[in-house]
Amino acid sequence: MSITLFIIYKAVLVVIVFLISLLIAMYSTYAERKVAAFMQDRIGPNRAGPFGLLQPLADGVKMFMKEEILPAVSNKFLFILGPSIAMFTSCITGAVIPWGTSLHIAGNDFSLQVTDINIGILYVMAVTSIGVYGIMIGGWASNNKYSLLGALRASSQMISYEVAMGLAIIALVMTTGTLSLRDIAAQQTGWHWNIFYQPLGFLIFLICAFAETNRTPFDLPESDSELIGGYHTEYSSMKLGFYLFAEYINMFISSAIISTLYFGGYNMPFIGRLGLSPNIEAVLGIVFLFAKIFFFIFFFMWVRWTLPRFRFDQLMNLGWKILIPLSIFNVAITGFVILMLHK
Amino acid sequence: MQTLTTRSKVAVNKKMTFIERLYIPAIMGGMRITLNHFFKKKVTISYPEQKREFAPVFRGQHVLKRDVNGAERCTACGLCAVACPAEAITMTAAERKPGEENLYREEKYASVYEINMLRCIFCGLCEEACPKEAIFLTDRIVDTDYVRQNFIYGKDKLVDPIKNPIDVSKRETEETREFKKNPKYAHNQLNKSLKA
Repeated sequence: MSITLFIIYKAVLVVIVFLISLLIAMYSTYAERKVAAFMQDRIGPNRAGPFGLLQPLADGVKMFMKEEILPAVSNKFLFILGPSIAMFTSCITGAVIPWGTSLHIAGNDFSLQVTDINIGILYVMAVTSIGVYGIMIGGWASNNKYSLLGALRASSQMISYEVAMGLAIIALVMTTGTLSLRDIAAQQTGWHWNIFYQPLGFLIFLICAFAETNRTPFDLPESDSELIGGYHTEYSSMKLGFYLFAEYINMFISSAIISTLYFGGYNMPFIGRLGLSPNIEAVLGIVFLFAKIFFFIFFFMWVRWTLPRFRFDQLMNLGWKILIPLSIFNVAITGFVILMLHK
Repeated sequence: MQTLTTRSKVAVNKKMTFIERLYIPAIMGGMRITLNHFFKKKVTISYPEQKREFAPVFRGQHVLKRDVNGAERCTACGLCAVACPAEAITMTAAERKPGEENLYREEKYASVYEINMLRCIFCGLCEEACPKEAIFLTDRIVDTDYVRQNFIYGKDKLVDPIKNPIDVSKRETEETREFKKNPKYAHNQLNKSLKA
């Protein structure tokens, strides 16, 4: 592959992943409202376009038209930096996710992954950790008590749950033997999905994913009913839109990572037996991955409209006293089993 | 103690078992309930396209009826204003001039008749008080507005239009209809079809 072709192909892939992230985040807002409505025996948005499908556009236009307010007592630079970091970090996480195997066109091998770095999982953890700064900086720069409380809650919550999440991933990495997301996805052919080897690890990871994306029952940083929006109380217009949008992109990326780590990524058990050409298989792989992702996005919403919010001390108890010991236990068990199998 | 319903549960502060403390079965139970609701029939009525039916006794915006010849029935006796508990009705009486017989049924009529729709509580006592069957509450909803002044409805908005008179037959009881069959009170027949 020539260097120009390589650059063009990577640029196109980056733009496509970026656009798909934005599109799915857009329609997640619509889906969220529809799911909420359906679970409450209502219809949901149905005025803008057929079935309300243009609702995200209407919301976007509304966000752009709103007055931009910079609080006089806020730190201007950090106030703008906050939502930018939140949006930026949630957008770049998609770079290491393998969206499919690879396409073979005219003798060239086009991998359906923006970059296959050998520490893919660490990269994801690192970037999501930086995402906390977006919330912290935004909450602090607002110079508002509610925002600061929301930012404090967000940072303490994310830090406590990142430990358990990291330990869950360590157990997973012990079984897979690699940190590269591409290798992890490729290992899970047939029924060798990691969920069957790491059920406890999956449960811990799932709970932590809810906490990391600030979704109910862990939406304490926002908690509309007690902190009037938490860290984004002072935000308006598209800066608020960035925060809300970043949350939905995070949800999409989390679903993608859960699918890749535990549910076989682009693999589907029966697909190898059909004897299809590799290109069609790759395309079907994308479809399967997205089906899994959509299921998990729905799952996120389903949980949100079922469970109430935790109290803050309950949240901390769950994180430090239950999930972390449980994940250490999981690591120990995994290590023990691996030791026994290799004897 | 006998409970009034089967729904009340006595709170027990017993220690939860291990399974209960896991919360996972309870969470799954909750999620099953929300998923069941997901597929249930929706109760929403999409308002401008679908409208809920009013009860037959619904009391909405008032109308001042005309008689069979198209003359206003109201004689400005003021009984409705007296009956009104919200003091929403005011009127000014005037004497009918010769040649206005086709406009006003009695020798005295209301030159100004105003109902303050913000004060009105739509109790229907004006309708009950009216000896001339002139005022009725209908199944129309009072329009919204931004200005309080516009809620004081004058005769322009209250008097029945000559073309397409408003049907108030739903507001008549069985006894009223029976009473009106007496030929002596034939003049009380409401105008269903008017010669415009």
